[in-house]
Amino acid sequence: MAERRENKKKDKGEAKAPTKDGAKAPTQVDAEVPARLAVKKTYKLYLGGAFPRSESGRSYPVTSADGTHLANASLASRKDARDSVATARKAFGGWSGRTAYNRGQILYRIAEVMEGRHAQFAEQLVAAQGITRAKADRYVRAAVDRWVYYAGWTDKFAQVIGGANPVAGPYYNHSAPEPTGVVVVFAPQGAPLLGLTSVLAPVIATGNTAVVVSSQTAPLPAIELAEVLATSDVPGGVVNVLTGNVGELGPHLTAHADVDALDLAGTGDRAVEFERAAATTLTRVLRPGPEADGGEQAWLDTDPGTSRLTPFLETKTVWHPVGV
Amino acid sequence: MSHTATAPEATTNHALRAHLYGLPGVDEVGARARAQDLSTRSIKTTAKAAAIDLAISMVDLTTLEGADTPGKVRSLCAKAALPDPADRTVPKVGAVCVYPDMVATAVEALRGTGIGVASVATAFPAGRAPLDVKLADTRRAVADGASEIDMVIDRGAFLSGDYLKVHEEIVAVKEACGDAHLKVILETGELNTYDNVRRASHLAMRAGGDFIKTSTGKVAPAATLPVTLIMLEAVRDHHAETGRRVGVKPAGGIRNTKDAIRNLVLVNETAGPAWLTPDLFRIGASSLLNDLLMQRTRLSTGTYPGPDYYTQD
Repeated sequence: MAERRENKKKDKGEAKAPTKDGAKAPTQVDAEVPARLAVKKTYKLYLGGAFPRSESGRSYPVTSADGTHLANASLASRKDARDSVATARKAFGGWSGRTAYNRGQILYRIAEVMEGRHAQFAEQLVAAQGITRAKADRYVRAAVDRWVYYAGWTDKFAQVIGGANPVAGPYYNHSAPEPTGVVVVFAPQGAPLLGLTSVLAPVIATGNTAVVVSSQTAPLPAIELAEVLATSDVPGGVVNVLTGNVGELGPHLTAHADVDALDLAGTGDRAVEFERAAATTLTRVLRPGPEADGGEQAWLDTDPGTSRLTPFLETKTVWHPVGV
Repeated sequence: MSHTATAPEATTNHALRAHLYGLPGVDEVGARARAQDLSTRSIKTTAKAAAIDLAISMVDLTTLEGADTPGKVRSLCAKAALPDPADRTVPKVGAVCVYPDMVATAVEALRGTGIGVASVATAFPAGRAPLDVKLADTRRAVADGASEIDMVIDRGAFLSGDYLKVHEEIVAVKEACGDAHLKVILETGELNTYDNVRRASHLAMRAGGDFIKTSTGKVAPAATLPVTLIMLEAVRDHHAETGRRVGVKPAGGIRNTKDAIRNLVLVNETAGPAWLTPDLFRIGASSLLNDLLMQRTRLSTGTYPGPDYYTQD
């Protein structure tokens, strides 16, 4: 204690008479202060609005681009995958039943909260990808903008995609898009933040619920995003994040009969195998596009459009007699 | 358990009370710890497949709602006989459990399947009715073809210490049952203590119950593992004492395969493998069957099925 008090005095003294090289002065003081223990974070899964460990108790080391150990992340198991589908199914009724306007508000709120944690996301991208801070900043900004983009679409896609159909008979014929259900999203491997956002946001914007299998090598931005989702009024279970091995989780998730659609963006050369497994239960599939393996820049360059909104919708058509 | 072997034939409330209070007290913490410990057993692959089939054959498929219709009872009966239409190797369930006025409908629907109809009776679930009403209720259900009667004990009498009244009611209902098996519902959620669960179990067995059942399913908590454990210990002790095997039926709150398998482990470790048969162990449930079927499909095909693939009723 005596030592610390002494240090404080020194601090004050220096503050009164700043040295010429002000930036270096604190370092001298730091050398005398006992080093603070690092608060290492243990990353967990995001299931049903909570952050549980993997049911299997396993974890795996996550390293930066140059190989230094960053943290450990949970290695999700088959049972975590099963639980996440059940949780997403449970959340579907509530989420799809909300007004489109309300979903838009919530998606915009995600953007707000993400904006507040900009620095954290940028640091993680720098560590995970070994890119410059300027580039990372650009990707984080783009990810926030993408949430805003899809927040705007929530109450507009129905007008654009659906509408009144001309029919030869005394009927008013009307088509409206409805969410498919539970969508399993394999996030792009090389684009842990902007790529992830670009595939996840359109899925939940239209009222689907999602099970996300994050990038295996860079899962930290995905869990960071889960922390954003948990504090953004997104109901628990609407987005569930699994970190782990696509090869281990994929076969169970793609063949699962209670999964309604798959986004195979991050499955690499397993896409064909997974598409085949999905066929046995008539599950909708969105094949990986050219941007899937291209890293964050490829996702930044791709105009999102509506190409990721429409694959996870079902069209309901109503025939209503007129003139009666 | 020699202390009970010398118990006199109870004819007075005093003698019954003396006998029931002479039973050893339940170690509550120990019972919870034992149940918790046994529930961590890992049952996998072929053992799990066998456990699932056994559990299906032990299910008393139940519908006890005010909104029950003859149509709903008939569809439940169809499901009891053929739980999974896509897989005919699935065993049929133990019995179908309905309200007394639905017995005739259920018996008709189950004709030729070999599945019995269990009927709740004696003013289920509260049991607050005069004895002659309760007996008429029971006789009518048996006359309509019920092969098992689930009666509720008078918890009010039990809690106020009138054990003789409870005893005499069970004896009278047993007599009204004739050939039908009698399951005695203790409604453990209203008995307050584990000691009372043990006393009520012994009282029901002495009075001639063929099964002791935890709950009506209308009161929470229903069939918790420690309660089932205490009842299994009671039937084990009763067998050691009298040589008669009484069955146990946990009901209410058992909704998934994991819970069902935990119960089977409890049976095997407490009462013994002799109780691992639908004749001596039943599970009262409605939503459990679908989860058992889903787990069964998962084991046989390797992929997870969805709840949409199974009927709701």
